[in-house]
Parts: sequence; C-alpha cells; structure tokens
Amino acid sequence: MAATSPLFFRALRWIASLAGGLLATGGAKAVDLPEERAEALVHIYDGGGVKASGPALLVRKTMAERVSVQASYYLDMVSNASIDVVTTASPYKEKRSEYGFGLDYAYRDSLITLATASSREPDYTANSVSLDISQETFGGMTTVALGFTRGSDKVLKHGSPDFADSVKHWQYRVGVTQVLTPLWIASANFEALSDDGYLGSPYRVARVFGAAVPERNPRTRSARAVKFRVNGDIGSRSAVHADYRYFWDTWGIKAHTTELGYSRYFGQAWLADAFVRFYSQKHALFYSDNAPTETLYVSRNRQLSTFSDVSLGGKLSYKLRQVPGQYELKANGSFEYVRFRYSDFTDVRTGAPYGYGASVLQLYLTATF
Amino acid sequence: MNTLRTLIAGVIAALLSGCAIQPWVKPYERERLADPIMRFSRDTLAEKHREHVRDVREGARGATGVQGSGCGCN
Repeated sequence: MAATSPLFFRALRWIASLAGGLLATGGAKAVDLPEERAEALVHIYDGGGVKASGPALLVRKTMAERVSVQASYYLDMVSNASIDVVTTASPYKEKRSEYGFGLDYAYRDSLITLATASSREPDYTANSVSLDISQETFGGMTTVALGFTRGSDKVLKHGSPDFADSVKHWQYRVGVTQVLTPLWIASANFEALSDDGYLGSPYRVARVFGAAVPERNPRTRSARAVKFRVNGDIGSRSAVHADYRYFWDTWGIKAHTTELGYSRYFGQAWLADAFVRFYSQKHALFYSDNAPTETLYVSRNRQLSTFSDVSLGGKLSYKLRQVPGQYELKANGSFEYVRFRYSDFTDVRTGAPYGYGASVLQLYLTATF
Repeated sequence: MNTLRTLIAGVIAALLSGCAIQPWVKPYERERLADPIMRFSRDTLAEKHREHVRDVREGARGATGVQGSGCGCN
C-alpha cells in the first residue's frame, strides 16, 4: 500500500492537471509565452489562370509578463482567369483583406489563447473567434491542447442584390505533443469540423446532360481530420520531419496528405529547408463532371473532384543581424511548385482531363526581440 | 507452488513499479529540441499563407496545428 499510494496520488494529480488546466498542482514555473516578433511578408501565387499576391504584416508583443498580444494584416489581390471563369464567365479582379487579433495568457503550465479574425472581400465576409488552451504536463515532456473556433460568413453575389446567404462554422480540436527522446518529438492532432449554410459558389455552374445549371450543394457538412507528425534532429545541425494527415467528411471525400522535409544550417547565418508533399482525394458523392441523371445535389467544383497534387518546395533564411539578448533579424525566401492532376474534371474546350502547375513565392523579413 | 506465487507477485510488483513512468528526458537534455529547426511551426504568416493556398484548392482541411481563420473560400 505504501508503494501504491504515491502512485495513486501521482496519477490523480496528472489527470487533474490535464482536466483542470488552471488547477494544476505542483511545478509552478510558468509556461513560456510566444516570443516577441514582427513579420513582414510579400506573397505571390500564380497558377491555373489565377494570380494572387499581396503584403502581410504581423506583430507580437509581450505585456505585463504573462500576456502576449498579436495583431496581423493580410491582403490578397486576386486576378482570376481560372478554367471555370474563362469557360463560364468573365475574368475578374478583386481584393481580400484580413485582420487578426490574438491574446495569449500564461498561467502556470497553461497557455490560453483567444483570437479573432475578420476577412472581407466584395462578395464574401468571414468572421471567426477561437479559444485554445494548451497545458504542459509530465515534467514538460507532454503538451496537451484543446481548441474551439466559431465562424460566421456572409455570402453575396455581384450584380444580384437580392442574393444573400450565410454560413456558420464550428471547429473542435485536440492535440498532444510528446518529447520522445532528447532528439525526437512527435505530435498527434484531431479536429472535427462542421459547416452549416450556403456551402457553394453562387457563380459556379454544374453540367447535367451537357447543359450548364447552377450547382446545388448540401447545406451541411461534417468533417474529421487526424494528423501525425514527427521531427528528429539527425546531427550535423540538421533535422527531418514527416507528417501524415487523413481527412474524411459526410460528403464522401477521403483525403491523404503526406509531407517529408529536411532542414539544415550552413555556417552561422544560413538555414535551408526542403520538402516534398503528396496530396490525394476521392470525389464528393454529388460531384460529377457531366451528370448523366438529375439529382438533388450536383456540383462540378473541382475542389470536390478526384485529384492529386504534388509539391516540391524550398526555403532559405539568412541572419542579417543579431545582437544577443536584444534582437535578431532574418531575411527569408521560399518557393514551392505544385502540380495538380484531375481524374474526373475535364477541360470542356478539349475534353481532356484537366491539370496545371502553380508556383507559390514568399519573401519576408522576421525580427525577434 | 510457493515459488510460483512469489514469481507472480514479483511480476505484478515489477509491472506496478513500471507503471510509475517518470519523465525520461530532463529539461537540461532538451537543448536540441529547442532549436528553431525542431519547431512544428516557425513563421506564422508564411504558414498561414500556405495553409490558405491549400484550403481554397483542396477538399481537406483541419488538424494542421496552424491557427485557422475565416476565409472567402468560394
């Protein structure tokens, strides 16, 4: 009994620290707040007739030792001449701007994050608020995280003042990060997503017996995603990572994502990263390139088709200036090439399966202080 | 028989003591894990942008560990 009592109380304390978060006993050392930083980014996406670019800014500052605040701004200037647009409508240009605010509060071994985001474009407004709690436990070797996001969107249509609809989103997530050895760390994340409302595009058309009709999507969608990741230090100032995610939803989509990456320092100033990513999915139940029968729901949204994409990417970071204990300034550049291949989405101009290549360029400065 | 009982009791005791797992990587052994190249998430804006590029083109989303946000995804 003398041997089991401490064990029993230790187990009880572990459970209490997991469930109670704020009530965690022992280990009064506060968890670290995210580091103070500033980021300035220019992003350029070019592929499949779509060009999207713009600046983005982020500042994170610690206040009163236990609180960290974050503000961000993101602009997307989109010029769209995608295959959908050129075959059924006219190319267009529009802007999307997004503001984000976040507040982190560290209490003992817990970090509580409250964040909001607001995104606006002429015909679509999206607002969301999220709450996340992460708790360090097991001597700091395990971090358990719980989170929730609630989103609300308004959908409008250019040239149709009578059209107005809305969407509500719910996301619930749980994750565990585990230190495995002094050189390896792993994580497992699960997220349940639920959408309710207008889940299509008022501009997109489907094809039934070869004729164009407005797409008809279900008004609810429930999805689950689970992701595993492992990072390892393999010596020579280099590291590897491997990720796998499985996604499935009530629309019948099943998707696999795998990523492998390598990072390595060169000298004191350079850091290089390279990755390869594979994605594949099975189409939604009501997706059809050209429906042979009339059904309640029908869509020709290629995002819901059967397709795969492969990415190859790299990133270079250069330490411009460092004053130990004060600040560090880095210049970064990253480039990714993605190749999309659609199995059951054809180019109506040629009748051949559609596919395209896209490039994603990011140039940015990061400062930590 | 006594030997068997002692053996079973010994195995149970060993299993019970084995359950009391202690953190096996001490804080002073985590220096390499603290290096930026070992972080799951490094540059917030760059990752958020990449996430957005994928969210609007792929059917799957979620469980990425990157803080989500509203997006005009139609």
